[in-house]
Amino acid sequence: MTRRLWLRIGLVAFVAAVSVFYLYPPRKTMNLGLDLQGGIHLVLGVDIDKALQIQTDRTAERVRSTLEAKGIAVQKAERRGNTEIQLQLAAPTTWADAQTVFEREFPSFEVKEADQSAGRLVLAMRQREIASQRESFVRQGLETIRNRVDQFGVAEPSIQQQGENRILVQLPGVQDPERAKALIGKTALLEFKLVDDRVDPAQAAGGAPLPPTAELLYERRVDPETKQERRIPIVVQKKPMLTGADVADAEVRLDQGTQPYVSLTLTPAGGKVFAQVTTDNVGRLMAIVLDGNVYSAPRIQERIPSGQAQITGSFTLEQARDLKIVLKAGALPAPVQILEERSVGPSLGADSIRKGIVSSAAAALAVVVFMLVYYRLSGLIADVALALNLLILMAALAGFHATLTLPGIAGVVLTIGMAVDTNILIFERIREELRSGKTVRAAIDSGFARAFRTVIDTHVTVLVSAAILYQFGTGPVKGFAVTLAIGLLASLFTAVFFTRLVFDLMYMRGRKVESISI
Amino acid sequence: MIQIFVNANYDFVGKRRWFYAASAGLMLLSLIWILFAGGLNYGIDFTGGALIQVRYDKPATVDLVRRGLDEIKLGAAVIQQFGDAQEYLIRLPQVAENPETLSKQVRDALAKAAGGKVEIRRLEFVGPQVGRDLQLQALYAVLAGMAGILIYVAFRFHFRDGVISVAAIAHDVIVTLGALSITHRELSLPVLAALLTIVGYSINDTIVVFDRIRESRGKGVRKGQTLAELVNAAMNQTLSRTLLTSFTTFIAAAVLLIFGGEVLRDFAFALVVGVVTGTYSSIAAASLVLDWETWSRARPRSSGKVPAKA
Repeated sequence: MTRRLWLRIGLVAFVAAVSVFYLYPPRKTMNLGLDLQGGIHLVLGVDIDKALQIQTDRTAERVRSTLEAKGIAVQKAERRGNTEIQLQLAAPTTWADAQTVFEREFPSFEVKEADQSAGRLVLAMRQREIASQRESFVRQGLETIRNRVDQFGVAEPSIQQQGENRILVQLPGVQDPERAKALIGKTALLEFKLVDDRVDPAQAAGGAPLPPTAELLYERRVDPETKQERRIPIVVQKKPMLTGADVADAEVRLDQGTQPYVSLTLTPAGGKVFAQVTTDNVGRLMAIVLDGNVYSAPRIQERIPSGQAQITGSFTLEQARDLKIVLKAGALPAPVQILEERSVGPSLGADSIRKGIVSSAAAALAVVVFMLVYYRLSGLIADVALALNLLILMAALAGFHATLTLPGIAGVVLTIGMAVDTNILIFERIREELRSGKTVRAAIDSGFARAFRTVIDTHVTVLVSAAILYQFGTGPVKGFAVTLAIGLLASLFTAVFFTRLVFDLMYMRGRKVESISI
Repeated sequence: MIQIFVNANYDFVGKRRWFYAASAGLMLLSLIWILFAGGLNYGIDFTGGALIQVRYDKPATVDLVRRGLDEIKLGAAVIQQFGDAQEYLIRLPQVAENPETLSKQVRDALAKAAGGKVEIRRLEFVGPQVGRDLQLQALYAVLAGMAGILIYVAFRFHFRDGVISVAAIAHDVIVTLGALSITHRELSLPVLAALLTIVGYSINDTIVVFDRIRESRGKGVRKGQTLAELVNAAMNQTLSRTLLTSFTTFIAAAVLLIFGGEVLRDFAFALVVGVVTGTYSSIAAASLVLDWETWSRARPRSSGKVPAKA
């Protein structure tokens, strides 16, 4: 045999060997999609406007307290729109002092409107600051969700940014999608707020006006016997004493061995503030607020210097554990909203796999038998080429860490039908050349050469479709596009290169060939 | 050996007006049906809403599912048996309900009404914004696919062939959409994937014929052979291979339709229809080459004169 022929045999053997290498062991290398193994796919939208509002609200409170600490009385400090603060000084004479405070303490804001004689002005967040905040909201959200998922314990989660303000979360094999969703979607903004006892909460709930520094919240209490839920109004100071950012660690403990609660260890700085606040407010109530709901409002009995705090409430062990996770992982910088969800139970996934295997086998069997009957020995060669094609396809999926989805399996089945097209085009051409009176060798030569051009054209059109599908599609549809494209590319190698090699080995060497089984 | 259509000599070109009429008729029927009767049944991927697949631990009925759902008032639900009597598909329009608690609510309500256990096997929720985005993107994707093929075929063959290919693809896509509408099937993301596959695949038979026409003309028109004869001969010569290649793909798609399960059913159906119409439309597409040529040759000669009508 010639050197060239050996090289070609070597190449086919090499490709087959590499494919087997990538596929072994199959259970470990094949990445199953969420629709096959069960799991949950979420697209979350980060509410950036809301986050900016929260940010601005906090700054407004800070402006008020900073000014007042400097002896500048403030009549009003409120958010306007998403990123502006409307400010009314009690006395216009303090104008110049106030300006100095803004410049020194709030560099991320600029004075937008000013009426010195009335002592009124509007602070606006700088554009540069808004842009960097937007970016950091999504990045922090991503980071926080990743932390929560890591602590929740999911094998091979995928958490990525999608577009400008969307986060894609994929959790394969999750058994309890509801719990996972609650865990991921919770903003988990923890605040410690002093209860404002100047106001009667019942009246406030009835619509009585509140002082500008106070707000009305509710505590939900479930009666352990009747399971009835009650909403108890509580008026608290707007300004939080501490937030979740001051929490260093959280743990689930059991009260008297039965009732779970979450024990918090504060950061050193947080612990200092907590000690000071508890010293100054012995006898008052401190509300523990999570996402705007009061969990509990215990009375401060004495100074707490240890930096330890507790969140109690009527929760189950599981709820306590999830609360611990979100507190440890930190709050989302902005509320998130579920824009899209696809969850598949594990039993349906197993069903789909079974049906996928049956379909693949049935399609392969039908096509293999057809090729054998219609093209006999050449059909057998095409069938071997098809087997090689599927081997390469599977290995490529494993090698690229692509995910096999249900539409992906459909792509495999379709590949079975399309891959033999190439051989049909070639074989029909060879038959035609034979009919026109060419010798076997001449017919094979011109059959392959002439069909090749058509084969390329037909491949390109489907590849164009697959490329657009990949660009456009979401998870499962992408999987379909990938398998289709790989299967088609592989068929160029198997149905053209490999088949030609076998033909060359069988008919092109040594003595004269009289007939061909095609 | 088995061979089909070895010395086929059908007069496709002579009867081309019948093929045009049939293709135009099919397209028109599909369009009329879509516009005035069935409409396109967009799935939740495109409209937003929720789809919940539930499985009871014992056989149930659509009524039983509805009774369970009435309890929680989720709006106009469409309920459909899915496979056997234990499994149902619930479609909900725009859910105001928080998707976080939707599955729990539905499961509890159905279980309570049935007095048994209910498993949520699949839940898909698509927000309205995502759905609207997708509708436009889907249209762009199909158009982009057709544009890509127009450019490729025009580049490899002739501008004329590119335009005809796109017309053939449009035909295949419209007829497939019509078939989906007539059979009340849903237009979902997988079905769209099938449509895009048809865009790329159904044109293959046409390309095979184009290729043969080009090859025959490259050899030079034989003495006494008209262009019409050449085109007709090309169609007959490639008849066996276009039918055989489509046949194997048809087998694969049909197998998916039969064994692939409910989730893939509409997808496979679209493929089956697309593969068949794609093969059929290649006859009309190849004939159009002839008419285009005749027309473009006649035009410059006819300028200023009364066109000679053949």
